[in-house]
Amino acid sequence: MSARIGVVVFPGSNCEHDVVRALAVVGGADAELVWHGATELPGLDAVVLPGGFAHGDYLRPGALARFSPVMEAVARFAAEGGPVVGICNGFQVLTEAGLLPGALQKNAGLRFLCTTTRVVVCTSRSVVTAEVAPGTELDIPINHFEGNYTCDAETLARLRTEDRIVLRYRDNPNGSVDDIAGVCNEAGNVVGLMPHPERACDRLTGASDGEGLLLSLVASASRVISRPG
Amino acid sequence: MVEVRLRPGIADPQGATIERALPALGFFGVQGVRVGKAIRFSVEAADAAQATAQAQKMADRLLANPVIEDAEIRVLDAATP
Repeated sequence: MSARIGVVVFPGSNCEHDVVRALAVVGGADAELVWHGATELPGLDAVVLPGGFAHGDYLRPGALARFSPVMEAVARFAAEGGPVVGICNGFQVLTEAGLLPGALQKNAGLRFLCTTTRVVVCTSRSVVTAEVAPGTELDIPINHFEGNYTCDAETLARLRTEDRIVLRYRDNPNGSVDDIAGVCNEAGNVVGLMPHPERACDRLTGASDGEGLLLSLVASASRVISRPG
Repeated sequence: MVEVRLRPGIADPQGATIERALPALGFFGVQGVRVGKAIRFSVEAADAAQATAQAQKMADRLLANPVIEDAEIRVLDAATP
């Protein structure tokens, strides 16, 4: 039976179809769209918050999306150990919702960045890197104005000692502290990343480095997530 | 009015850009530029203290992101009973 993965659609999301297609084509997942007004996530094995401009990014990216009804269900799902991945705007939503630490500020230099970046996989303990060896370098596109990861020194120290920095940029494009491109929660089942793996999963278009991350997510969705302790 | 500001120590890319631009326009000696938001609204409340308390709750839940921002609340025109 293939993993059932829900991709949340907020008003203003714009990467949801790419993610659904990528998960199906790369991982054979049974991916489906979930409207942000949903209050339950019945039968899902994983949830993705895709990129875009949820609720127009008004006030701050993710500030309004975190109050969408679906987010309470996402928080419950995450607390039960279910894999939850936020890509780009989805990462911003997860930080605003308090499911991941830190915040995403405007890029240093105030430029909207749309380019391919090289990122280094830092740990295998997250649901998007479970099947990828640490140290692996991947070329994956970014497409954001607010991807400058910020947190206080205490949080950064915790992220390091708890092995929760998932991806780092090779050449920091946006000013993120410690070159951070992605982080996870304590258990590794909630991950946020700025790069778009769904845009690097088709050899025909010359970019397939996102496949390992998507395959990791599908594999994680297909098994019970083990928790520390 | 709720003034939302980046907390001390949090990098401010907008402020830095403005600070770099000012000398080109002939404004020298400007330092420490910080960009925030001013959110103005009216609220029904018995007095200024109650209005401030309501605005504080709004700031805590939505208007500011406590990870990187502080909010300062000012009652500009206390409503008459």
